[in-house]
Amino acid sequence: MYSQALNTRDTSTDSSPEAIRFQARIDDEQRIEPNDWMPEAYRRTLIRQISQHAHSEIVGMLPEGNWITRAPSLRRKAALLAKVQDEGGHGLYLYSAAETLGVAREDLEDQLLSGRAKYSSIFNYPTLSWADIGTIGWLVDGAAIMNQIPLCRCSYGPYARAMIRVCREESFHQRQGYEIVLTLCRGTTEQKAMAQDALDRWWWPCLMMFGPPDTDSLHSDTSMRWKIKRFSNDGLRQKFVDATVPQGHFLGLTFPDPELRFDETEGHWQFGAIDWDEFRAVLSGNGPCNRERLEARRKAHDDGAWVREAALAHAAKQRKTA
Amino acid sequence: MNTPLWEVFVRTRNGLAHKHAGSVHAADATMALQAARDVYTRRGEGLSLWVVPSNAIVASDPADRDMLFEPTGSKIYRHPTFYEVPDEVGHM
Ligand SMILES: [Fe+2]
Ligand SMILES: [Fe+2]
Repeated sequence: MYSQALNTRDTSTDSSPEAIRFQARIDDEQRIEPNDWMPEAYRRTLIRQISQHAHSEIVGMLPEGNWITRAPSLRRKAALLAKVQDEGGHGLYLYSAAETLGVAREDLEDQLLSGRAKYSSIFNYPTLSWADIGTIGWLVDGAAIMNQIPLCRCSYGPYARAMIRVCREESFHQRQGYEIVLTLCRGTTEQKAMAQDALDRWWWPCLMMFGPPDTDSLHSDTSMRWKIKRFSNDGLRQKFVDATVPQGHFLGLTFPDPELRFDETEGHWQFGAIDWDEFRAVLSGNGPCNRERLEARRKAHDDGAWVREAALAHAAKQRKTA
Repeated sequence: MNTPLWEVFVRTRNGLAHKHAGSVHAADATMALQAARDVYTRRGEGLSLWVVPSNAIVASDPADRDMLFEPTGSKIYRHPTFYEVPDEVGHM
């Protein structure tokens, strides 16, 4: 909505009066709004981050959508349908926030469909059993909540407001997931084994969701200074592990990490080394489902083309006869 | 042609005025309202929706902020606390 008067060039350096005023506003916890002056790099960073976040929500609908028609009861089906619809909504809130920075929705979509844009590595893993749906809600949405709560205070107003809306909806996602896993764990031996198998497969990819370790995370410093980010990747990962391990033990499940142990002095759960080669492979397009996910998005986009065209033609005709 | 952008305003059940919620893309106003319903009111958040073509909104320029809003800073006599009422009179 505000994109008409956006700054297009960045003639200033970090020491320009505008840049100094900008940083002072951020230090003062003020929100930056679409029409305000901002460094070009701040705008670029946000466009990249918000659109990647939006793409993740949209692609994230696919692994769970896979089980909607096979949900074991009407209650589970209604809940899963509502959850997947929420994720679509999250994607749309976020595209809407990104557009206030002066990018067109069509360009963002194009970046995703052409494979140039990144999205969260986690959605390139397959959902092999119903237990995966419970585990995704519990762990993937749980990790997303850890990531998203600090973003509600992000310095960029439209992003922060979108995140507040998202966070309000996420809690249902995590609870419905945990309930599914709990039901399986209280069920037959086979059902409990399904839950354990899902945890075994999803645990490490979930830890990777927080991104590379702080020692080699590229953009962190500037993002922290701009208050786009408020906690480090490793900090959030630790918070997630500390919150999740007791929940898993309550279920009677075992985490697939022989090194996992509680450090009394630190008050934290210590975990083993993460396989960062796997993370990089998935991120660069070689995960188990990367190709399938993009193909599904492209097919949906192409199959919907005639609907978009017809709607525009109808609108044009209505304007003419009005 | 790109699908037009619409700004969405929701009036919530608490009786306050319509409030900006975000935006949607839609070919026409009817579809914009339907999309806004699906995207911004999935949990009974609203009792009324407005959709407005984004390019119809005229926004004030942040660079004009001081010129527009600064003058009221010195007009403290517009606030009730500017006026003295003796304690004996009680709450007014
Ligand atoms: Fe989400
Ligand atoms: Fe979610």
